[in-house]
Amino acid sequence: MRRVVVTGLGTINPLGNTVETSWNSLINSNSGISKINKFEVEDYPCKIAGSIDDSKINDDIVNLREQKKIDRFITLGLIAADEAIKDSGFVYDNESSFKYGVMVGSGIGGLDTIYRNSSILDNKGIRKISPFFIPSSLINLLSGHISIKYNLKGPNSSPVTACATGTHAIGDSFTIIKNNKADLMVCGGAEAAICPLGISGFSAARALCDTFNENPESGSRPWDRDRSGFVMGEGAGVLVLEEFEHAKKRNAKIYGEVKGYGMSGDAFHITKPSEDGNGGFRAMEMALRESNLNTDEIGYVNAHGTSTQVGDMIELSAVERLFGSNNNLLMSSNKSAIGHLLGAAGAVEAVFSFKSLETKTLPPTLNLDNPSTNTSINLIPHEAISKGVSNIISNSFGFGGTNASIIIGD
Amino acid sequence: MSDIEERVKKIVVEHLGVEEAKIQSDSKFIDDLGADSLDTVELVMAFEEEFGCEIPDDAAEKIVTLKDAVTYLTANSN
Repeated sequence: MRRVVVTGLGTINPLGNTVETSWNSLINSNSGISKINKFEVEDYPCKIAGSIDDSKINDDIVNLREQKKIDRFITLGLIAADEAIKDSGFVYDNESSFKYGVMVGSGIGGLDTIYRNSSILDNKGIRKISPFFIPSSLINLLSGHISIKYNLKGPNSSPVTACATGTHAIGDSFTIIKNNKADLMVCGGAEAAICPLGISGFSAARALCDTFNENPESGSRPWDRDRSGFVMGEGAGVLVLEEFEHAKKRNAKIYGEVKGYGMSGDAFHITKPSEDGNGGFRAMEMALRESNLNTDEIGYVNAHGTSTQVGDMIELSAVERLFGSNNNLLMSSNKSAIGHLLGAAGAVEAVFSFKSLETKTLPPTLNLDNPSTNTSINLIPHEAISKGVSNIISNSFGFGGTNASIIIGD
Repeated sequence: MSDIEERVKKIVVEHLGVEEAKIQSDSKFIDDLGADSLDTVELVMAFEEEFGCEIPDDAAEKIVTLKDAVTYLTANSN
């Protein structure tokens, strides 16, 4: 059976523009959440987000002229992909490139580009619409750009499953390699929806935190009794997945293995998760089954944990139900520090999970001052814990009732 | 160099990211200056914006060099 390992990691997120800087910031309990200053938010109920300062975008990787022709989510994705591909050390050649693919998705894609062009169409007319409008905002164009830049001619696709996108991209890539349709996949997610339409749309859906505008760093507080919704973040996470023998043959550095992947649908509601949490439960169970691991062999849950009233408790109860006999389980939410990166969330969280395996450190859940429920699971409040674990499960759940879980291990 | 030529050159430099010294009056946008077909659509839009005119598609198709643009805009701009 073909095994799948990870040989390259890349990210840009509100805590930093490389894996190393953002990981160090994460385990030192820093927050990447601040007041939105890119556009006027006076009338907005939510005025905070995990933004990336433009000065952190490396123009050497994507030059300014190129950036003008692509939406911000593509720029962020290309930056994370560049780091992951360089980190993996693989060099393409024309023959093998047919077995090297790309699957980097996004939850929303070029929302701000669509908004701007819509406004141009209304105010200036059809002749002022840029020829780059469509290719700069289509979600799969990120996978397209990565394939063109690095000559990757294998499977090329992009999942679009809202906040589960990043995890689906990794899981689907794992399946593709396992089934011998590729030897290497560049996969993950990117998002850049901190724009007027993005913030107002999620606000209208009553999904965003609106009670910490004066204290942004406290806004994202999964499982805390004062949580009031998620805080949006932006960024990208990209991983290089590779067939084990292929990686070994070229002496690649191996971070760990993808061992299992589960997915499910709630068939319940357009934005709410099913109340008994059985969608998330079944996704985790399916991943566990594929991994051939027992529940007590999982040491840590990298939670979806978005800081919404309903979602946090449902995930926790599903984890308790599945891992009930495991008394040593730890669980935390990276979103407490970086916010919710929507389609990029699962990918960035997977990058951090591989850093947890590598450094034997589990990142904290910030702002968890008063857990709103009693649980035997250690939710790692405030400060990181030094502890080596062999296997990690990472969850992502999206609007529409879509659920994905992956299990990674050393 | 005429005023129009200078303004056209400036737009080409900005949009195609090429050095001004490399642009000859008969340089072809696509073959010599690295533009693709979408870039040339955007170039024509930038000429329209700068010179306050509307360039019909059949005329736009014939603008393939700096010289073509200067000739057209000299005859048609306001």
